[in-house]
Amino acid sequence: MPEQFFWGIEVVLNGLMAGVLYALVALGFVLIFKASGIFNYSQGVLALFAALTLVGIMDGQVPFSHLINAVFGTEIHHFGWHLPALAAILLTALVMVGLAWAVQQLIFRHLVGQEPIILFMATIGLAYFLEGLGDVMWGADIKNLDVGLPQGINTTIDEMTYTWFGYGFFIDNLDIAATLIAAALVTLLILFAQYTKQGRAMRAVADDHQAALSVGISLNFIWVMVWSLAGIVALVAGIMWGTKMGVQFSLSLIALKALPVLMLGGFTSIPGAIVGGLIIGVGEKLFEFLIGPMVGGATENWFAYVLALVFLVFRPQGLFGEKIIERV
Amino acid sequence: MSADPVVSRDDLAETVHESTHEGGAHRDAGHVTADGRTIGGVVMEMKNITLRFGGVTAIRDISFDIREGEIRAIIGPNGAGKSSMLNVISGFYVPQEGEVWFRGEKRPWMRPYQVARQGIARTFQNIALFEGMSVLDNVMTGRLTQMRTGIFAQALWKGAAEREEVANRENAERIIDFLEIQHIRKTPVGRLPYGLKKRVELARALAAEPALLLLDEPMAGMNVEEKEDMSRFILDVNDEFGTTIALIEHDMGVVMDVSDRVVVMDYGKKIGDGTPDEVRNNQEVIDAYLGVAHD
Repeated sequence: MPEQFFWGIEVVLNGLMAGVLYALVALGFVLIFKASGIFNYSQGVLALFAALTLVGIMDGQVPFSHLINAVFGTEIHHFGWHLPALAAILLTALVMVGLAWAVQQLIFRHLVGQEPIILFMATIGLAYFLEGLGDVMWGADIKNLDVGLPQGINTTIDEMTYTWFGYGFFIDNLDIAATLIAAALVTLLILFAQYTKQGRAMRAVADDHQAALSVGISLNFIWVMVWSLAGIVALVAGIMWGTKMGVQFSLSLIALKALPVLMLGGFTSIPGAIVGGLIIGVGEKLFEFLIGPMVGGATENWFAYVLALVFLVFRPQGLFGEKIIERV
Repeated sequence: MSADPVVSRDDLAETVHESTHEGGAHRDAGHVTADGRTIGGVVMEMKNITLRFGGVTAIRDISFDIREGEIRAIIGPNGAGKSSMLNVISGFYVPQEGEVWFRGEKRPWMRPYQVARQGIARTFQNIALFEGMSVLDNVMTGRLTQMRTGIFAQALWKGAAEREEVANRENAERIIDFLEIQHIRKTPVGRLPYGLKKRVELARALAAEPALLLLDEPMAGMNVEEKEDMSRFILDVNDEFGTTIALIEHDMGVVMDVSDRVVVMDYGKKIGDGTPDEVRNNQEVIDAYLGVAHD
């Protein structure tokens, strides 16, 4: 029995850390949705695109090299440098800001005031465009991403828990790093939103567009900023997941994991995204551990969605979402 | 008199002589009102503004000016085009014809947020506050146009950015004190009753230290006591900060008490312009308010 109990705790811990990564992806959705009412289907592809760009910049890959070689008959593939991880991450962040600007100027600026479904469709288009752009720019092969994050079992925790409980906990170093980085990122975001003028302007735009205009806030600037922030959050998520499972197309599917998190946490709440992520992470790991063996396993594929559905029935606005009150 | 060829303006020039009210008598240079406030030169001038929505003409060839330090009211029955006019001044609507002159310069086409940055603050008829934010945060957003430090300085929260935040905070607190809403400064605006929300919105607009403050029906939906409070605050703001105020109201009684000069609109046209006494005795205005049939 104690053995089982410790397994359970280990499962919960691992679930919490997986949940942090879900929360990170969900956070990207919340940022854009709050400020502009756009449900950004391309958030997952943003993470993929960021990770591809990061690997490309680190390895000194020439963007569009296939295209350039095919058109000009050249044979260039690499610049011949290898950038340190930190510099590459900063450059990639700049690329994401540039992308945010382009997305706002070329697409959403022209769609101001359109129905939400039109905006949603535009993000679907954007998602597939970015996926193709990523392929053309950096190639479609699976890439290895290593920015120097620690990986593998954390031996200190393993030994410590073994001496205390007689059972060594298996905790991945990468998960610990991811949790710490995500926590730092969320803290920074909240401080930015609460205490800076741009953060205040961002909250103002999220609250009321008309009022924001009347106090001199440029909606366009805030939307570029929000897409930039979502791009940077996607970059961080892309680094975590890319390190874990390689940079490949399936990275964009992590966005689907964020959907139940959003249903649970509400589309407009940053704390909701975090708590929702943790609940989904722990819930699906624990369910797999306890119930999985009885139903033949593989419950992680669907459990999160069922949980979210049940939640929707009882609390449609999510855990922290704004209350939907219809006055009649 | 300015050079614009509006007929009613000339009509007014005659009535001005008969008027005993201090406010409208000297229209060329700055003057001092009976209660000791200084009215300066023209700060905003609307020239032959026409605004259409599809086939509907909301404003038809209207001209008037607003002088520095005065309280200027735009009144008229429902649907007269008052709110449209305010939206033209604040840049939310772009008129098809006419010119807007602000501080002696013709204003080029600009977006509402750019108009706000020029120093024109406004409130809305049905209140546009940031409901999820506290009263203090709402008032602080009014200071955004006064803040100069860039996004990186803000993100690093260093030196100039920090000093600026502190200075703005002090300014916001002063306005909060002035409008007597200290007791609710930390309360989320969404929880406040209607009358207080109106006052918070006024505070936010004031925080911008506007060259021109536009109030869209500041007393709409209020009870008598709240209306009296709001009138007092409007007068105090004008008196204390010398703020130029243009306000819209369809309750004639309140307007006549607080304003120096009044523009009367009906069916998109200007039917009167002058001191409260002048417009009160204007036959067209009386007809519009008593509902004489238009022929």
